[in-house]
Amino acid sequence: MTDPARPAVEVSGLCISVELPGGSSRPIVEDISFAIPKGEVLALIGESGSGKTTIALAMMGYSRFGGHISADCIRVGDMRIDQMDAAGLRRLRGSRVAYIAQSAAAAFNPSRTIIAQVIEPLTVHGLASPAAARQRAIDLFRELALPWPETIGDRYPHQVSGGQLQRLMAAMALITGPELVILDEPTTALDVTTQVEVLNVFKSALAKSGATAIYVSHDLAVVAQMADRIVVLKDGRIAEQGEAAAVLHQPQSDYAKTLLAASQPVERAAGPSRADSVLSVEAVHAGYGRIREGRAAMPVIADVSFELGKGQSLGVIGESGSGKSTLARVIAGLLPASAGTVRLGGETLAAGLAERSKEQLRRVQIVFQNADTALNPAQTVFDTLARPLAFYHGITGAAASDRVARLLETIQLDPALARRRTAELSGGQKQRVNLARALAAEPDVLLCDEVTSALDTVVGAAILELIDGLRRDLGIATVFISHDLSMVRAFCDEMLVLYAGQAVEMCAKEAFPGSAHHPYTDLLVASVPELDSAWLASRGGQPGPAMPEAQVTGELCRFLPRCPLVITGTCDRLPPPLITAPGQRVLCHRHGKAEPSDQEHLVTGASR
Amino acid sequence: MRWAASLPLSGRIGLALVVFWLLVAIAGPMIAPYPVGRFVDQEVFSPLTGQFWLGSDYLGRDVLSRLIWGARYTVMLAAGAAALAVLAGTSVALFAAIRGGWIDEFISRAMDTLISIPSKIFSLVLVAAFGSSLPLLLLIAALIYIPGNYRIARALAVNLAEMDFVAVARARGEGALHIAWREILPNMIHPLLADMGLRFVFVVLLLSGLSFLGLGVQPPYADLGSLVRENISGLAQGSSAILSPALAIASLTVGANLLIDALKPGGGH
Ligand SMILES: Nc1ncnc2c1ncn2[C@@H]1O[C@H](COP(=O)(O)OP(=O)(O)OP(=O)(O)O)[C@@H](O)[C@H]1O
Ligand code: SF4
Ligand SMILES: [Mg+2]
Repeated sequence: MTDPARPAVEVSGLCISVELPGGSSRPIVEDISFAIPKGEVLALIGESGSGKTTIALAMMGYSRFGGHISADCIRVGDMRIDQMDAAGLRRLRGSRVAYIAQSAAAAFNPSRTIIAQVIEPLTVHGLASPAAARQRAIDLFRELALPWPETIGDRYPHQVSGGQLQRLMAAMALITGPELVILDEPTTALDVTTQVEVLNVFKSALAKSGATAIYVSHDLAVVAQMADRIVVLKDGRIAEQGEAAAVLHQPQSDYAKTLLAASQPVERAAGPSRADSVLSVEAVHAGYGRIREGRAAMPVIADVSFELGKGQSLGVIGESGSGKSTLARVIAGLLPASAGTVRLGGETLAAGLAERSKEQLRRVQIVFQNADTALNPAQTVFDTLARPLAFYHGITGAAASDRVARLLETIQLDPALARRRTAELSGGQKQRVNLARALAAEPDVLLCDEVTSALDTVVGAAILELIDGLRRDLGIATVFISHDLSMVRAFCDEMLVLYAGQAVEMCAKEAFPGSAHHPYTDLLVASVPELDSAWLASRGGQPGPAMPEAQVTGELCRFLPRCPLVITGTCDRLPPPLITAPGQRVLCHRHGKAEPSDQEHLVTGASR
Repeated sequence: MRWAASLPLSGRIGLALVVFWLLVAIAGPMIAPYPVGRFVDQEVFSPLTGQFWLGSDYLGRDVLSRLIWGARYTVMLAAGAAALAVLAGTSVALFAAIRGGWIDEFISRAMDTLISIPSKIFSLVLVAAFGSSLPLLLLIAALIYIPGNYRIARALAVNLAEMDFVAVARARGEGALHIAWREILPNMIHPLLADMGLRFVFVVLLLSGLSFLGLGVQPPYADLGSLVRENISGLAQGSSAILSPALAIASLTVGANLLIDALKPGGGH
């Protein structure tokens, strides 16, 4: 009955509109048509608000905010989604069309075991007996490369890591053998190193199940690994669509070109070399809870040191929870260090805010990650920017209006926005105001904590460009905190790699290519997806962690449980030495030894 | 006015009732047909007539005039007490939230102790100890509702104090007063107003209860609760002298409640 040439999924003339209070309606997406051959993966990419998720959900006949779906045809296999009634749609969801959301943590019920929830789609639709369903789940766990496939299902959601939970959610989606799987930004919340593992298993599991898939993402490099076809969305319309390789390598539309350019930041020239030091951090230890004898109750950062000159930029990189934000809070004085010193242009800064002078506070400004919470929603843009002007410089009245207007100009915003409340701005505008507030103080040091992670690629690239220009023009020393290695490599003169609060490597931009790195740095470099679609397959055989989930405390190398190059007998007995080379400092037993081949070292290590 | 139109029907009814009673409380003395204490009728408990719109009470006084004055006492006392309770409760809550640590702990435990005392009994004890006067009633009612407001305000303030924009203000070197007043408080206004409305209703009921027991507003003054009490003998004959103050209490509290419910986030759309 089915024609083999007929695509498995077909959408034509899809429009979704929401009703406005006045009775009129506003289209969110318009005139969307695409087709997916059986077993292929179609990617929907575009910035936030471009309608990616809206389209993906329409494939299940579902629309958020009470939107109205109209289409000439939405077909999955032999089902006409656009002609189904509510009961039919309910039967189809979770059985023949499955959905994997961005946050697995939100999709699981924390009070039930994982396996009970994974097999639920089968038992609810009466498709299998509980025992058979359980066996099927365990097979899937194995296929998704989960550790302890037999028993991991008996755990509760909080007892597994974020990457594992994401894979478990994939198991829940795949268990009914659906015809269409929708993956909505499934790796966005994960660290790069975890993302690679998850992408890898998703790809093979999808191939094995033979399901057709829609992959929603804003990250071109991720899409390059997963997709056979790409649909580029802009403002609810299709800007471009075609074979993945064609869209990635010969984009036709302007928007696709911009998106591509933004995802590959161009390397900047280094800042002034070794100018007089503005900020110096020496052997800082910090953590949360009560401080006793120079140790916090919950230590996070151990022995971090660096120095930063006028107009220079330092990138701090590491995975979530490695202590990047904690470091910024210590420098800003929000979190008193338990040991070590922070110096600002020769003056030693007190650990706590209360003991720092107003002038010292002015000279160090912090820009928080999330502009939604960093701006007071009850204040206008003008209030927000005028306060530091009045507080630090005593500028009020007409002079303040002038300065606010100029600040808005500097950050490329319309001065008319000054009267708006900050809650009424878009994400990108908020982040600019957030930045302008720090600039209003005329700081010497700017601490930028993941300033672009909540923004779209194109908007984020513009903000980075802006900060980069400011530090060159005004000579502001900047600390960029990020989990995005390519961004740090492009914008920073120096890079500090944090792993579990340890500064495992410090490397100057010039020294980065060509020199040997800390094994964790290598892992990070290897985990950044490239636009080349063969990249994921080519790095498939990465050595896995040696001792997953172990925790190292004390003086030993904290990367030990995950290190593929561990020297048994040395790494697990002695604290790692700090090896210094021109433009580089590495905390590792392996480093600086006369480069024997890795194999040899592993063997000598093991034979001891 | 656009704001009023955006309310659901129940909210608009509530708003109308509240505005009505506020107007009565403010402009009442000017529109009251007779002086409040004057005996104007030969009969007692006479029904509604052209001369006495709401009839007369157990001493032959004009019920409408007494109701207007009674509403004035009730509304003003309750509004004053609610405002005072919110002012004090919120100030202490902001102080506790910003200081944190053992200060916060100490104040919160003290408030918990206060809140655990039944309010009626507490007020009875206080009235018994200090006698009943208008300023004292106001203070007692305020004192009783401070802990409730404190709890809500503190929960709001603690959440807000964790926000990044407060961290930014602290890193800028701002003092506690600026942080409380300019950064935190403006984000609490809406829930605080709703809470004040709720406290207002509680105080109306508390004062009416106290007055009904003869411990509230003392003659010759009368609030709505005292009006109900003094005319209790008219209950059997269904006199308007007892029905109208009872209806007044009901419509005032129900109106305020409807309005508050409509103001809750999500309720207004
Ligand atoms: N207020 C706090 N109290 C106790 N522990 C905390 C607190 N804030 C952070 N931590 C812990 O400190 C560690 C480092 O957190 P930090 O926020 O510095 O990480 P990060 O590198 O900025 O991560 P991300 O990339 O997710 O922002 C984490 O283990 C975290 O759970
Ligand atoms: S010190 Fe040893 S365990 Fe740590 S990173 Fe180096 S080789 Fe690996
Ligand atoms: Mg962080």
